Parts: sequence; structure tokens; C-alpha cells
Amino acid sequence: MSYLSIEGLRLSYGKQIVIDNLDLEIRAGKITALIGPNGCGKSTLLKTIARVLTPERGTVRLRGEDIHLQNSRTVSQHLALLPQSPITPEGISIRDLVSYGRAPWCGRWGRLSGEDEQIVSDALEHVGLTELADQPASALSGGQRQRAWIAMILAQQTELVLLDEPTTWLDICHQIELLQMMRQLNQAGKTIVVVLHDLNQACRYCDELVVLKHGQLQRQGSPADIFTSELVSSVFDVTAEIHRDPIAGSPTLVALN
Amino acid sequence: MALRMGIIAGALLLLAIAGVMLGTLDLKQAMTSTWVLQELRLSRVLIAILAGAALGIAGALTQGVIRNPLASPDLIGVTAGSGLAATTTLLLFPQLAYGWLIPAAIIGGLLALLLLLWLTGDHALSPSRLVLVGIALSFWFGALVDWLLSSQPQQINAALVWLTGSLWGRGWSHVWLLLPCFLVLIPFALTLSRKLDLLALGDDTAHCLGTEVRQVRLLALSTAVALAAISVAVCGAISFIGLVAPHLARLLVGGRHLLLVPTAALLGAALLLCADIAARTLAPPIELPAGVLTSVIGAPYFMFLMLRYRGW
Repeated sequence: MSYLSIEGLRLSYGKQIVIDNLDLEIRAGKITALIGPNGCGKSTLLKTIARVLTPERGTVRLRGEDIHLQNSRTVSQHLALLPQSPITPEGISIRDLVSYGRAPWCGRWGRLSGEDEQIVSDALEHVGLTELADQPASALSGGQRQRAWIAMILAQQTELVLLDEPTTWLDICHQIELLQMMRQLNQAGKTIVVVLHDLNQACRYCDELVVLKHGQLQRQGSPADIFTSELVSSVFDVTAEIHRDPIAGSPTLVALN
Repeated sequence: MALRMGIIAGALLLLAIAGVMLGTLDLKQAMTSTWVLQELRLSRVLIAILAGAALGIAGALTQGVIRNPLASPDLIGVTAGSGLAATTTLLLFPQLAYGWLIPAAIIGGLLALLLLLWLTGDHALSPSRLVLVGIALSFWFGALVDWLLSSQPQQINAALVWLTGSLWGRGWSHVWLLLPCFLVLIPFALTLSRKLDLLALGDDTAHCLGTEVRQVRLLALSTAVALAAISVAVCGAISFIGLVAPHLARLLVGGRHLLLVPTAALLGAALLLCADIAARTLAPPIELPAGVLTSVIGAPYFMFLMLRYRGW
């Protein structure tokens, strides 16, 4: 049985069809990047996998279960989402924010058990925010804020993690930090689906690429297999040479004039 | 945090005692004093506490759902909608019992909310649109109220006192109307607090943390409308408490709704009580409507908030 499978998916915003008749399989334990030009439907697809958007037609199955037929709470115990621009509310501490990740697992009043407290502390430790835990979350810098959100997702303890352009708004140092954190999550056993803009980062940090254009699946496979100059030219309309990254050995795009 | 809430509760108690003791009548005239205390002041103090708390909670819920510190039932037109419905009932069906004002006000408030959501459409969560459309709606409802008043001049006095928001002439019968509603609605508002915490993180995140976003939003807004409408039905349109109380509460105890909602209730009660005490002691024997005082203080506070707000 496949892990995450999408069949005959159709999605539209108003009258405009964004994705039509998409079939896709995503493998367990891998980092899969969704890439494609702006407006190709990659964020829409991610939100549908997260059950934030409801498809017009078709199914998203996680371990065989159609997630759009399950309730929010059940789904939230299996998958977590870091949205493109998460809202950090005023008046709560970083620890509060991270503890919200336990919401799918605790009762109506959100009381944390001793075990929940431990999970929250571990998550804070993991992203290096233990010392700042009692500071207001809204006072954090961009990089720290993204780490706090990653800690919240860690506390949610889901097997599947969805990241929507997690590196946007970050400087290069924090981008790399975040991508390495993503790798660690994956090594800890989580399956990751991520929308990335930077193609070189996608090639370097992800196991598999899903290339979309106009809501259609163009190619799917490992970066080494599918990331070619033909693909870049047909999907992104960019003339480029593909070289090997001297450190990681992954394909690297160098654009030509 | 618990200490801060305790201090606020203590201050409220002192205010309540002051509210019972202060007044234009000299209590040393022993014959009348017990009657004045029990029949007039005590019930009036209780009504101020209950209605103020309701407005505070209604504001906290509205701000939580709309994720906007500038939102409150009176600024988005809900209070005006309740006022219009209650005025209509008061003027066109004067023979109806007073208790009918409450369902009328609730229905009016809910209709105003539906109209607002319909008019703002997909932009229901954009702070500026919501407040601007809400203000326009308030004016529109206000115009209808004026039209009603001028077409029914024989009833105008009672309606005017009630419309500006006053606790004059309220007694135990009003306490018994308010109390059961609040015994149901306030605990219910508290059960929503955790969901509102999650809603503050944005719809997508709240959804992925297991929240039924639409359902929570609908329940919280309806509760807010009901609380605001009941207080409108009893005290008339008292402005700005629904805006100021939750905002001060957020400064004092932070953004977690399990603390924020009860603190907003305490502060709302304290504010309305202050306004009412001032209203009947500032210029005796004239009674100012408490709603005038809350507006005099609330409007500059709203301007201060607007100047500081960066989320347009």
C-alpha cells in the first residue's frame, strides 16, 4: 500500500481550475519537494494534502485513508503544516506557542500532562530555544520565529510534515539552518513534503522532486535523474546548464543569458 | 497572572461596595436607607457588573475570532443592529412585556452580523474592511432608529434614555433576566478559549492543529452577539467597553483566552460600574447616561489604538 497517494485531484479557486486530474504518489520516509513556476498550483496542492482546502474531485489518501473524510483532530495527529506566512499572536510566550502543537493530543481545556510538558521542552531544546522559552513569541527575529514554529510542529509528533516555502523571508544563513533542520526531522523518521522556490536547494536537500506546471504533473523522480536543462527550459522557460554541486554532488542550475 | 486577576477582582469588589454606598441620597436617613440600598443601588450595581462582564467577554470573543484588536460588537455594527431591533419592539409593540426585548435584540444582532459578513464577503477577515463596513452599518441602523423615533414621538423619552445606554431605573427584574443568560453563556465562552488560542495562529495552522475553524468561528461570534445583545436589551447601547476591556486584559494577562476571557469580564464589569457611579454622582440630581461616559473615555482610546495599529 502506498503511503500518500493522490488520485484524480481537481481543485479550483472560484471559476479558475488550478489543478486538474492530478495523480501522484509520495513515498514514506523521504523529503519530496514540490517545484514549478509561480501559479503552477504547488501551494494549493500542499494545502489540499494538509486538508486545509477541499478538492472538487479526487482523493488524498494517507496510508489508504481518505483524509477529507476524516475529522480535523484525527488528521492533525498524522500531519502537520507550516504555512507560508504563519501568524505569531501577541501576548503568548514561545513555550505557549510550542505547547499549542500538543493540541491534537490533549483535551478541551488544553491542559498539558507531564509527558506533554516533556515533549514541549524537548522540542524547544531541539531547535535551541530553551533559554528564550519564556520570552514573548512576537518579539523573535525571523530566523528564531521559524525555529519556534518548527518546534511547534515537532511537538505535534506527526509522521508527515508539510512545509510551505519555509525559507521565504529568511536570510541565507537561516535558510541553510532551516533546511538542515528539515533534514534532521527526516532522519528522525518523518516524511516531508516541502514547497521550495530555490531549485538548487531543492536538488541539494530533497530526495525527490515533483515538478508541476499549469496544475499538471511534469516529472517526478530524484534530482539526479530528472533535473536536466531540458526540464528547466520546458517548465521554467529558462536556458540553463546543469552542473554538479562540488560539495554535495547534486545537480546545480547555472542560468545562461 | 493569577495574582493580577485577583487584584482586578479585588478592585471590582471595592468598586461594587463604593457603588452601593455612593449616591445622591444621604443614607443616614434611616427610614429609607435599606430600601434605597436593596431596591435601587444593589440591583443597579449587579446589573452594571453583569452587563459590563458580558460586553467584555463579547469583545474578547470578537477580537479572538476576527484576529483584530480593533474589533468589538459596537464597532462592527452588531450593537447598533440589536439597538434597532429593540427600539422597533419598544416603539411599535409597547404592549409587549419587557422580557421580549432580549430575543429581539439577539435576533437584531445576529442579522446585523450576517449582513456584515455578507457585505464583506471574502474579506471578512480583513481588519480595515470589517471595521469600515461595520461603521457604515452602524450609521445606517442609527438612521433607521432616528426615523422610528421621529415617527413615534409619544414614546420618544423612554427610548432615548435607553438608547444612550443607561442604568437608570433598572431593578431586580432586570437582574433576573440577565443572570440565567450569563450562567449559560459565560461558561460556554470559556470552553471556546483553547480553540480561540489556536485560531489566533491563522486559519491554516488552526485547521492543522485539529480545530474545526468554521464551527469555532460561528460559535464564538454567535456567543459574542448574544452577550452583547442581552446587555443592549437591558442597558441600551453602551459603547467601547467591548473594545477597551479585552484590550487592557491582553496587556495585563497576555493572549491566552482561558485567562484573557475572564479578565476581560472583570475589567468590563469594573469599567461599566465606574461609568455608572460617575454618571449618577458627577452632577446630581441630573443622571448622565453611563453610555455617554464610556464613549467620552472610549473614543480617544480607540483613536490611540488605531494610531498604534500596524496591521492595515
